[in-house]
Amino acid sequence: MSNIDLNRSMDWPYPVAYGKENEVEADILVLGGGVAGSHAAINAAKRGAKAVVVDKGAVIRSGGGGAGVDHWHGACTNPCSKLTPEEMIELALHGEYLLNWEFGNGITSYILFKESYDALLDVERWGVKVRDVDDEFKGAEFRDEKTKLMFAYDYDARHCIRVSGGAGIKVAMHNEMKRLGVQIYDYVMATSLLTEGGKPGGRVIGATGVNTRTGEFYIFKAKATIITTGPATGLWIFSTELIGAAASHGDPNNSGEGTAMAWQAGAELTMMEKVSPMPVSGGFAYPMYGTGNAHNTWYACTMVDANGKEIPWVDRDGKVLKTVSERYHDVPGQKAFFNGPNLPYELRSPSLIPDLPERIRKGEYVLPLYADLPSMPAHERRAIWGLMVGNEGKSRIIYNTYQQAGFDPDKDMLQTNVLPPDRYFFYPYWNTMGPRQWREGGGGGIFFDWDLKTSLEGLYVAGTSGYAGGNHAGSASMGRYAARKAVAYVQTAREAPVNQEQIEKEKERVYAPVTRTKGIGWKELRAGLARIMQDYCGEYKNEETLNMGLRWLNSIRESEASRVYARNPHELARTLECFTRLTVGEIIMNASLNRKASSKALGLNRLDHPEIDPPEWKKLVTLKLENEDIKVGARPVDYYLQPPNASTYEENYRHHCGL
Amino acid sequence: MYSKAYMVPNPMTPNQAIFIDEKLCTGCNTCVDVCRTDVLLPNPEKGKPPIVMYPDECWFGGCCVEHCPVPGAIRMEHPLNQRIGWKRKETGDYFRIGMKNPPPPNTRPPVG
Repeated sequence: MSNIDLNRSMDWPYPVAYGKENEVEADILVLGGGVAGSHAAINAAKRGAKAVVVDKGAVIRSGGGGAGVDHWHGACTNPCSKLTPEEMIELALHGEYLLNWEFGNGITSYILFKESYDALLDVERWGVKVRDVDDEFKGAEFRDEKTKLMFAYDYDARHCIRVSGGAGIKVAMHNEMKRLGVQIYDYVMATSLLTEGGKPGGRVIGATGVNTRTGEFYIFKAKATIITTGPATGLWIFSTELIGAAASHGDPNNSGEGTAMAWQAGAELTMMEKVSPMPVSGGFAYPMYGTGNAHNTWYACTMVDANGKEIPWVDRDGKVLKTVSERYHDVPGQKAFFNGPNLPYELRSPSLIPDLPERIRKGEYVLPLYADLPSMPAHERRAIWGLMVGNEGKSRIIYNTYQQAGFDPDKDMLQTNVLPPDRYFFYPYWNTMGPRQWREGGGGGIFFDWDLKTSLEGLYVAGTSGYAGGNHAGSASMGRYAARKAVAYVQTAREAPVNQEQIEKEKERVYAPVTRTKGIGWKELRAGLARIMQDYCGEYKNEETLNMGLRWLNSIRESEASRVYARNPHELARTLECFTRLTVGEIIMNASLNRKASSKALGLNRLDHPEIDPPEWKKLVTLKLENEDIKVGARPVDYYLQPPNASTYEENYRHHCGL
Repeated sequence: MYSKAYMVPNPMTPNQAIFIDEKLCTGCNTCVDVCRTDVLLPNPEKGKPPIVMYPDECWFGGCCVEHCPVPGAIRMEHPLNQRIGWKRKETGDYFRIGMKNPPPPNTRPPVG
């Protein structure tokens, strides 16, 4: 509240008890209660395990997918799909559907294709409206009359399903967890993993946590632990002055705790050098899905210029498409298309003319552009604005506030934010402004095998904490799979006592900021860390900048970060997030140093190693902490089809899936 | 004209992500407990509207608005630098959220 007199500050509204210990025992401890974590906990509980979920936010709405979902990827086992998981994985290996190109992960992609639809049927059973049960879209070409399923993007291949009531998906999952007796710890931030004997590299036997409202300490003892927290967002970006915490495109709660605590415990990480290849706008972005657009959730809306002149859609060969319907169909001979930038020819979707930037510069199209919803066929218009924007993450509120202000998609064209012409090459447009060195991490994370087990015994991973993690459906599929594997493990896992020394050391680390009243606050620390990432680990890097960055981070750790204060449990949590970000920043810089080549897929521009993706670097670089030193290793990008694994996806899945 | 002035810190940015109608709010604190980033704190006085303590940490997810049991008691507003406009195709009239004399609300609910 802006009118609070800070000189007469009020007492903290929650009872504060820094350091007070709470012990919780679990069979399966799930760190993070978002999409992956909720599916994991529900599936563990369904198998009779005592499941405990820990989340920094309120599980009823937490996680990157906590504010909704509008389309469900990879659901190729649905009865209308034209593709099998085998065909999907073949296509995906050639394209962005593996999410990280040639460095993508075949395990999670195959699990997605095998289980995405099952996960969707799960959430439907838990009360989420998936199909067009009210027949609102009867007769639409994206709707199957028999099953009432509705599809997005490719209306021929039908592998991506529109979720008609996805805005409330987390509430339904929360209810199901409650029904099954999952113990939920809201507003508890996990801070470290506990290992057998307190030794890094040992079996993981639980975790510690801090309550972000009371400051109490939690000791979670578990036979198996599943990390499902998101990777760090907003490492390069911090300015609440611009648009608040929404400045990071991803969930601001994702500060990388899972990554950092797995690292500290000695788990192997990979691909941490990967950053977003696209300009990420941070504080300059518009609300996600909130400006006129033609791709992603807005696919395939007609766009016009300031004078109402329509911007043509073309197929992958550049042929102008005459009807709206053609934008949703494969060209003859094409098996399927995916929507995304820079796709290989065989998977390329129709798109706006690729030379739009050039034609804007020449004056052929006059800015600003508009999304011409009124000209779209009624079902498509309603699907884009009423269904997709109405249910996608963070955009139900966009639907509601725009409608409240009088926006009428039947009559009104939503404006696109004005960008430099070359930025119209990228989409979505709401996210493509801002300084180029402001990056976003993405793709790197914990290494795992066909059991979704990490390199540490007792530690599993699901969702975007795992390297090359994916979307909502991918996180859901991984969550249910990881739960099966973890439950199988706990059948034979022995009890292990926690190491008291490890707990005392963590308490000392965690509570240091509340012992101080002077120094710097968390916001300045975080902005300072972001500056180091921008300068020394930005769009272009070399050995000198990266070593300089590591020097700065280490120096900040010894100096300013050791003098940061926290005046209440909320500030303490934000401060601990800064420590996490510092650690993740160090991992990213070390990973970047150890890939001595540039890479398109990884968004890595090494000025001192300019050759892009040379064949000898087509490998995963792995890092782990061993005896306080960083041990660098390498793995084949398709390690999951190499010995000791079987050579086909199907065989590996059958052997490991636990079904 | 008021002549009283105060020494206070500058207003936070964004100023106020959400607005609570004190007449409608029952002080149930549902919004406090669904907020993902703990933007709101319960009012020390029971039954009073919660305090929007950390608007600078709002993700603009809208969960507080969606879960509020009293329609209209909470309104979320994207900050001024987060607003885009729209043009009525037939007339060319230009509108935006926050404008003076806004058009009437469009009451059609979303799908789902």
